[in-house]
Amino acid sequence: MSSPVLSIRNLTVEIPTRHGILRPVDGVSYDIAKGEILGVVGESGAGKSMAGNAVIGLLNPPAHISEGEIRVGETRVDNLSGEQMRRMRGKEIGMVFQDPLTSLNPLLRIGDQLTETMLAHLDISRSEAEKRAVAALEEVGIPGAAERVGSYPHEFSGGMRQRVVIALALCAEPSLIIADEPTTALDVSVQAQIISLLKKLCRERGTAVMLITHDMGVIAEAADRVAVMYAGQLAELGPVRDVLTAPHHPYTDGLMGSTPLASRGKDRLHQIPGAMPRLDALPTGCAFHPRCPQAQDQCRKTPGPRIEDGAGRVACWYPMTREAVA
Amino acid sequence: MALVDIRGLTRIFDVSKPWLNRVVERRQKAFLTAVSDVSFDIAERSVYALVGESGSGKSTIGKMLVGLLPPSDGSVEIRGVDLARETDAAKVDAVRRDIQMIFQDPFASLNPRWRVRDIIAEPVAARGGETTGLAERLLEQVGLSARDAGKFPHEFSGGQRQRICIARALASEPKLIVCDEPTSALDVSVQAQVLNLMSDLKDTFGLTYLFISHDLTVVQHMADRIGVLYLGRLVEEADPEALFEDPKHPYTQMLLAAAPQLDNFGREVPPPTGEIPDPINPPTGCAFHPRCAIATSICSQKRPEMRLLRGARVACHLAE
Repeated sequence: MSSPVLSIRNLTVEIPTRHGILRPVDGVSYDIAKGEILGVVGESGAGKSMAGNAVIGLLNPPAHISEGEIRVGETRVDNLSGEQMRRMRGKEIGMVFQDPLTSLNPLLRIGDQLTETMLAHLDISRSEAEKRAVAALEEVGIPGAAERVGSYPHEFSGGMRQRVVIALALCAEPSLIIADEPTTALDVSVQAQIISLLKKLCRERGTAVMLITHDMGVIAEAADRVAVMYAGQLAELGPVRDVLTAPHHPYTDGLMGSTPLASRGKDRLHQIPGAMPRLDALPTGCAFHPRCPQAQDQCRKTPGPRIEDGAGRVACWYPMTREAVA
Repeated sequence: MALVDIRGLTRIFDVSKPWLNRVVERRQKAFLTAVSDVSFDIAERSVYALVGESGSGKSTIGKMLVGLLPPSDGSVEIRGVDLARETDAAKVDAVRRDIQMIFQDPFASLNPRWRVRDIIAEPVAARGGETTGLAERLLEQVGLSARDAGKFPHEFSGGQRQRICIARALASEPKLIVCDEPTSALDVSVQAQVLNLMSDLKDTFGLTYLFISHDLTVVQHMADRIGVLYLGRLVEEADPEALFEDPKHPYTQMLLAAAPQLDNFGREVPPPTGEIPDPINPPTGCAFHPRCAIATSICSQKRPEMRLLRGARVACHLAE
């Protein structure tokens, strides 16, 4: 296997506060290969976005990377200076955020935003950049791209705006895209269009995608592999079909059970008792044990095992063993 | 007899520019038809779900049902009383007592300066009812603790706040609760807790829900009857089994195909084309015809009537 596009090892993000140090991301390791979509899933506060922000160097101080290593291709990026990181962003790593309106500059025509990005990162002339801007908009499926380059962001609908943001993320031809809840603000039919577009671009260009979402359905449809996060830690990592149909971690199992499904009919939904713990009040031992139906003494005392080297499957002392549905 | 009887409900908003702009720029007045000629019944002790994408008018219908907005045309009758036209104040008052609402955002719908006890007792206190111990009792019924009554809303998580909203809605012992996207702001595991609670309370108190949501899987789980809205028009109405097994309207088919599913790994389907048109200038005839794969010339000329088809009501010229 060729070397991964993104490789995260033992990533830990700390926020020092008056009441002690919080760890919104705690010892997370995973890889994303060329052309692969890794889904990062978890509930609010699980640390999924924080891990994404750490990769692109957008952690808000006082949050900082305290341990671990992030590599994009051959370059180690977690210890780059602000100026070096600024050059990586956009060039090597593209970003797509949840709200397309706030990720675009409302005062600039979208064509100018695209050419500006390309001129900053690529060694090309302005006229070449303008030509590529039209091509980029065509590629993401904006009708009449040649005329639309002169439009402002407010003249587009939500779905079209998110396409513009994707074009913007892709225009400098990065090897990795971090998409943080890219479809959460959109309607289902538009969501299906955006997901299909992301998959197509990823396949054609070999771009690696880190798809951060809370929606299991989106993960099932788009991702190749999935990383499930809970309270800052990686709970389970594996091929999407295996993890979703035969979860090994009781948390993943609970999550799947609480999702309403056509095949389950109108039976009561499975409930995970309680709520995710606050970061300043993490339980001892495995963070999930107070909500876990099969917690034992060891779970209460010893922190759960880690998924090391991004290759393991489950961070649980007593994983559930099941066969994946073929 | 149906608890709620909605006939030809229409709501038009005036979205014109100010008078001076209209004169200077020579613009016409502009009107947005948010809800157009919608008719359906809600049976007592059932869950009626309205689904649709943003701008389909589902929340506007909910607001007209509880009386927060007057209809432009048509009527909403609740147990035979039309809230917008009834002149007998006593009758209106009796019906209003029976309606409550739960909103989407549990952070915005609770007064941050009130204690939970006062928030929950308010619907009863406002009518001069007896409120001793009421909040405590209701809190336990929705799965919180009686001790929480003295706390403020900021001390609770999103799911707990939604439980408080439910407790408040139950305080006046309503018959009908309009739930506008009650779980859209919640995580899946919390959503499961709230949906289960709502099902339990429905059985305990004999409630009727109008459940407004954009999430098809949630609707399928909760509803006894589902109405699908597109651009302010009811395009299909059916029981959940019929709707999901055998969708008849091309829009419903598109919506179901677009919804992400947990058991479709790496599914490759052609995504839907186009977007919801501008409601100020809706397409002529059937509102869906510009995006419809089977549209013919009649679709752009004549608006389809609701007709019965294999147990469902569908507004399409061509559905078979």
